[in-house]
Amino acid sequence: MANLQDIRDRISSVENTKQVTSAMKMVSAAKLRRAQEAIFQTRPYSFRMSEVISHIKKHVDPSLHPLFQERKEKNAVLLVIVTADRGLAGAFNTTILKLAEKTISERFARQKESENLFLICVGKKGHEHFQKQGYQLIGDFRGAFDRISFETAYDVTELAREGYNDNRWDEVHVIYNEFKNTIAQNRIVEQLFPIPAELYLTPVMESEMTHVAEYKEGESVDYLFEPDAETILDVLAPRYVRHKLWRIFLESNASEQGARMVAMDSATTNAEEMLGNLRLTYNRARQDAITNELIEITSGADALG
Amino acid sequence: MSNLIVEIVSPAGKVFTGEATGIQAPGVSGSFEVLRNHAPMIAAFEVGTLRVTIPSGESIKFATSGGFLEVLNNTVSVLAESAELLSEIDLDRARKSEERAKTILAQAGETLERESAVAALERARNRVRAAMGHVGS
Repeated sequence: MANLQDIRDRISSVENTKQVTSAMKMVSAAKLRRAQEAIFQTRPYSFRMSEVISHIKKHVDPSLHPLFQERKEKNAVLLVIVTADRGLAGAFNTTILKLAEKTISERFARQKESENLFLICVGKKGHEHFQKQGYQLIGDFRGAFDRISFETAYDVTELAREGYNDNRWDEVHVIYNEFKNTIAQNRIVEQLFPIPAELYLTPVMESEMTHVAEYKEGESVDYLFEPDAETILDVLAPRYVRHKLWRIFLESNASEQGARMVAMDSATTNAEEMLGNLRLTYNRARQDAITNELIEITSGADALG
Repeated sequence: MSNLIVEIVSPAGKVFTGEATGIQAPGVSGSFEVLRNHAPMIAAFEVGTLRVTIPSGESIKFATSGGFLEVLNNTVSVLAESAELLSEIDLDRARKSEERAKTILAQAGETLERESAVAALERARNRVRAAMGHVGS
């Protein structure tokens, strides 16, 4: 039986931990609310833009814009991996890093072998993880989620586009968490460049997109462009990607806060359970000690009498 | 007769969804209006006023800082960089932000900084202009 002082120390240390975890839970609940608002505001614009882009893509000559052209040789690949800056969010970072590694070994092993695999890691956790393993990292986006801003989306887009135009890589994919609800995230691997022929629908997009502007299959649509297709694509294509990345960052941020809230909630519950057990053990030990003392007193009295 | 379905979205959220008989936008090469049975089109528009005519004949106006719209099968999707309902713009605040934009522009040095300051001023001016037109009418 552990001694009373030891148990008392453990109780107070678990109590401290519980205070920390429940405070963190409150903080992430507040952050989650804000992140959720932001993502719900951004989604309609981004989804609608994806739809317009996919319509254009189907009906114009892909040679009109470099971002639309599929390259025959895919020698080099850039992956944009979106993780969190901070830990203590359950398996949030681990699962997305595992997915990234799985994707690399399943789809891009050849590029990795020939040292033509590049990574942009948004968020400190991913950056440090892949840096340790000696991957070729482009840019430094640690701390991007401390103050999440559209500038980051802009910078990442420009980096990816520059390299794509210079033929440093032929394809760009992005790996991230999509916010489903507080307790669940969808993990997604999606092609960014060249803009894919078929619009990639994430689970949330599928359930939320209202296909108002549907056209019949096989119908050929001749779009009028005002002023002209090239000018529009030049502006629209990069803007589409920027807003897509911006949405992705917001998705990831909301997912992270949700994951942290859930993790901290279960940590608090665990701490409570542990405290219950410790108090029980403590009381039992105290009772034992009292009983022992009484026995000593009575047997002492017996011996005297 | 059925109407157009118009949806206006901006990065700050959904601004307008509903039926309309027409929508007027400040096109790059001049203002244009989309009515029912318009041919499929993708058009860019600039800073100015978007005017949606709803079936009752009323028109709803938005101050916008540019964007794109797609017309397909009588559905108009408007992707605006910003769109604010005119009746919700506070003229005083719009004036103040115009002043602020002016001072920033006066101090702006670099080209990039300057560009964004010019754009900000143009947006602010547009809001003031649009809101004043609304107050007057």
